[in-house]
Amino acid sequence: MALSTPQLHAVDPVVIRYWEKWAGFEADAMREIVDDFNSSQSRIFVEYSSVSQIDRRLTLAIAGGVPPDVAGIWAYNIPVYSENNALTPLTSMAEKAGIREDDYLPIIWKLCSHRNQLWALPSTPGNTALIYNKKLFREAGLDPERPPRTIAELEEFNEKIFKRSANGRIERIGHLAEEPGWWNGLWGSWFGGALIKGDSELTATSQENLEAYRWVQSYPERFGAEDLLGMRDGFGNFASPQNAFFTGRVAMIMQGVWIYNYIQNYAPADFEWGVAPFPTNDPEKLGDVSVVECDVLVIPHGAKHPLEAFEFITYVNSQKNMEKLCLGQRKFSPLRVCSDEFFQKHPNPHIRTFLELAKSPGAISVPRVAVWNAINADMRNAVNLIWTGKAPAEDALQAVQERQQKALTRSAARWERVEESLQKSWNSQ
Amino acid sequence: MNPSERRNLRNGLLFISPWVIGFLTFCVYPVIKSFYLSLCDYSILSPAVFTGWQNYVELAGDEVFWTAVSNTLFFAVFAIPLGLLLSLALAVLLNANVRGRGVFRTIFFLPSLVPMVCLAVLWQWMLNGDVGLVNEALRVPLNAINSLLGSELRPPNWLSDARYAKWGLIFTMLWGVGNSVVIFLAGLQDVPVHLYESAEMDGANFPQKLWHITLPTISPVIHFNLIMGLIGSFQVFAVPYVMTGGGEGPGRSMLFLATYLYQNAFEFWNMGYACAIGFVMFVIILTLTLLANKLSERHVFYAGK
Repeated sequence: MALSTPQLHAVDPVVIRYWEKWAGFEADAMREIVDDFNSSQSRIFVEYSSVSQIDRRLTLAIAGGVPPDVAGIWAYNIPVYSENNALTPLTSMAEKAGIREDDYLPIIWKLCSHRNQLWALPSTPGNTALIYNKKLFREAGLDPERPPRTIAELEEFNEKIFKRSANGRIERIGHLAEEPGWWNGLWGSWFGGALIKGDSELTATSQENLEAYRWVQSYPERFGAEDLLGMRDGFGNFASPQNAFFTGRVAMIMQGVWIYNYIQNYAPADFEWGVAPFPTNDPEKLGDVSVVECDVLVIPHGAKHPLEAFEFITYVNSQKNMEKLCLGQRKFSPLRVCSDEFFQKHPNPHIRTFLELAKSPGAISVPRVAVWNAINADMRNAVNLIWTGKAPAEDALQAVQERQQKALTRSAARWERVEESLQKSWNSQ
Repeated sequence: MNPSERRNLRNGLLFISPWVIGFLTFCVYPVIKSFYLSLCDYSILSPAVFTGWQNYVELAGDEVFWTAVSNTLFFAVFAIPLGLLLSLALAVLLNANVRGRGVFRTIFFLPSLVPMVCLAVLWQWMLNGDVGLVNEALRVPLNAINSLLGSELRPPNWLSDARYAKWGLIFTMLWGVGNSVVIFLAGLQDVPVHLYESAEMDGANFPQKLWHITLPTISPVIHFNLIMGLIGSFQVFAVPYVMTGGGEGPGRSMLFLATYLYQNAFEFWNMGYACAIGFVMFVIILTLTLLANKLSERHVFYAGK
């Protein structure tokens, strides 16, 4: 746990406790902002701590009545925390501070809001794209400056890159839906579908989802389930030089803006990579689809100094500080206005592509429901059954539909039970 | 009760009060509270709402819960006897009067000192389907069979194939039998030598001595290891959780009761449901322990009886 050094002040400052999930250079980037804030004034002192498994610790701290004043969580945590009255609404504080929706990329404001309230302001965002290995493209006779645009093209390229070794093992594959498989529950989005309609209707078995997961099913059918399993078993950890993308065993992956940092740390020195929108089955109709996620700053319910905490969050969200933070973490800025200097200094050569994808009308987020973790766990299991050839897409999705629709209905009922009183209490804050 | 007895009672109660207060606060209260919470819709963050037996009714119809029950039973049914047999066999061997006995005992006990998480990471690589040492060793005989018979046998993808994943875990857990071996060794050293001597005079061979003297004499130790194994098997969590990077494994083949409880409590914000799972686990373990006690009544011999 790292704490910034307290400084002496004439009047004792209000000390606010800030828990953040980052470690390493990401933590250092925020620590600089915290130090800037602490030295910029003498009324508030931010005590910054790196905390592992922050969502679980924060839950227990809130339940125990001893939460920190500021916490850095993930935007997908907001629905469950807010519907359980575990956060302080920021709507009126933001209004008073002159912070407006227009200041942010549209998807970012959406990620910070839930149930007509603002719950967080961003720290650093991230989003997904197709990341591909240019050297492997060249070796397969493909143009490294011309990534695939449709799912059909992706599979054409896949076949060209695919290689078996003399002993029959799969040596290289163009693309594998399961690698690294971080958004396995959302493949329907690249086929024009969604997993949840509104906030209480699960659409796992929609036509678009069926089409998407039949595509996932085509992998074991084409390449052999046993062979794919054997290949994937040999992939090293994501954050290691044995990452299958860095070792050249997989040529195209869906990954986020943070991949730059991993490439710097773990990929070979001559690693050549390109970034493009991940292909969809109908680019004309769907545009560029990208999952946007965001690290956010919230004030937990029961925090001792919410006003001072909000002052710090506002400080982080000024253009100058936000650009400094995002540059330090090699991300793009969540703010609508961004200086040219930011892009000139940014080490990631593809940062503009990521930003454009986040601005695109096709930018999506994981479903904003309180039971997302449970739905996601079932979807992960369904995809596992599909890609290992253990169940056809229809059956696996049907099982998720039946089980998780009940969970979603139950969660909606839980919300209905408390909605009126909570909204009333939030609006009065 | 005269004044002296009353004083003794008061002093006695005072002396044991730290233990009694600790037991009531940290054991009895949490058990009662978690039973109450198992009857509630409780997300940790919001106040608990009493829903009666709703969580238990849902558990009965939750197919993932039943998958976890069946995975846990499968693990217990195979891991406990295999663990007992292996540790007993090792203990008998390590009890033999051979040179370097201390070194051998240390070697077999060492793996038990490896922390659970390290054990899981180590065996994750040992059982890797592509480059794992276990499969590299298996490839040699399988290739020989394939070249002889023209077959296409191949070593399994241990941890990514639902058919083999639990077996992979069972082998992994067998690596840590050192603790049971030590307990068995203690039991073996308590077997009176004169019993062996008189059996030898009667012409008994090694298996006969083992069956008629060793096993009956150490039966309370076997019983103890069985009960501990039973409890441990139903609580298996850390190793499969780390090995599968989240606890479910291929097709939920590595989802155990403790993992499902943890998921519901801390990942799905269903603490009430998790408490209900905990109580079902408690009832299962209690029933099996009572059953084991009952069944072993006629086979466990205590020297004091």
